[in-house]
Amino acid sequence: MSDPHPITMTVNGQQRSAIVEPRKTLADVLREDMRLTGTHLACEHGVCGACTVLLDGEAVRSCLVFGVQADGAEVTTVEGIAPAPGELSDVQAAFRDCHGLQCGFCTPGFVVSITAFLEKNPAPTDEEIRSGLSGNLCRCTGYTGIVNAVRQVVRERAGGPPNGGAPAGDQPSEGPPTQGVPTIAGHAVTTLPSAP
Amino acid sequence: MKPAPFTYEAPTTLGEAVDVLGRYGDEAKVLAGGQSLVPVLALRLARFEALVDLNRVDELAYVREDDGAVVIGAMTRQATVEADPLVARSVPVLAEATRLIGHFQIRNRGTLGGSIAHGDPAAEYPAVVTALDATVTVAGPDGQRQIAAPDLYDGPMTSTLSDDEILAAVSFPVWDPGSGFAVREMARREGDFATAGTVVGVTVTDGRISRAAISLFGMGPVPLRARAAESELVGADASGLDLAEVGAAAVADVDPPSDVHASGRYRTRVASRLVARALESALQEASR
Repeated sequence: MSDPHPITMTVNGQQRSAIVEPRKTLADVLREDMRLTGTHLACEHGVCGACTVLLDGEAVRSCLVFGVQADGAEVTTVEGIAPAPGELSDVQAAFRDCHGLQCGFCTPGFVVSITAFLEKNPAPTDEEIRSGLSGNLCRCTGYTGIVNAVRQVVRERAGGPPNGGAPAGDQPSEGPPTQGVPTIAGHAVTTLPSAP
Repeated sequence: MKPAPFTYEAPTTLGEAVDVLGRYGDEAKVLAGGQSLVPVLALRLARFEALVDLNRVDELAYVREDDGAVVIGAMTRQATVEADPLVARSVPVLAEATRLIGHFQIRNRGTLGGSIAHGDPAAEYPAVVTALDATVTVAGPDGQRQIAAPDLYDGPMTSTLSDDEILAAVSFPVWDPGSGFAVREMARREGDFATAGTVVGVTVTDGRISRAAISLFGMGPVPLRARAAESELVGADASGLDLAEVGAAAVADVDPPSDVHASGRYRTRVASRLVARALESALQEASR
């Protein structure tokens, strides 16, 4: 049984099959056999979170799951997070707005983790946001832009504008990092570093 | 960073899993959530001829009440333990300790039984098992047997299960009304293994402590019980305690390891304070 195993899983809504060695991690199966290279691999031993995907709806590190274990499962990668091709999910748009990325290597893992995190906790405190982000490492941003991106999504989903203040009648507790810059379709257009 | 080749076995019942494991003897390893084992394989710190994956053994994933205890199947995910209402009501310190394990992505996959069988001396679950006097059920070729908490570990990451046995369930006794618990740990970053930590349980009857348990983790080769400090607590007035003194007594006979993260002396000082804080919190909970 160390011979390759046939597996079938639903990846981003599509049924995909492959024949894989048992030792091949789900991350490698997604990248090499499914050609979905949005899932990134950095540490390959469960520390950095770059390879986070949704396995049957739950965020997991795909470098710590073997592909054969995902046989029959439903997998969502970063490629399956946006509502349609060419669009961004609100989490992805908030990353762009808030400079939540620089080199971008860790971003897929963050986007998938945050998507799952906000599903469970739609109104997190700042402490809960930081705790929710603690399983993903970013070496560029210092995390401030990422925390701001999560805050923006929380505001938007609660009915507030993406980068404006709080909903009418509410005092904004903290100014958004991109306040006062030009916007297109509600999203800030700037390449200047934000200084929250 | 790729594991060495192995044969993959995916039994669907506990009986089948025991049979398959028995065929390989010590050449096989049981794969639960994989959050510790897969890194070990990826770093090639170990290699096995076969992995026996328990993830399709549905009968090992449950939480139920049974005769004054909460019994949890070995393959119950840590995220499930964290959110389970019966655990929250009857073994609250287990839920509290679960929140300190890794990150939520790890807890989505990691299992109760996997962590306990792995037996990392700095991990939370083995310390909870040790403090609460839990009992582990293991299944082997000759049937099932029980292992009581004090007999579960031999050394670091070494349980007393034999190579052909599988940890099937853990039974956490529910303490009497008037009990309180707390877990405290110090880690350099959230989600890291603890530099030092403690799990404390107390029962207060008519203002006096009638039962006490203090376990320490990250403080030795296995999770430890501070038996001397516990016996000093029993019978004491719950409101007149010198918490710092109890903390000092709890670490008096402990000789924790020195490593790159902390010296043994530092661990001792930290653990002493953690015990005091955990005891304070446990006493507050007990009097509620």
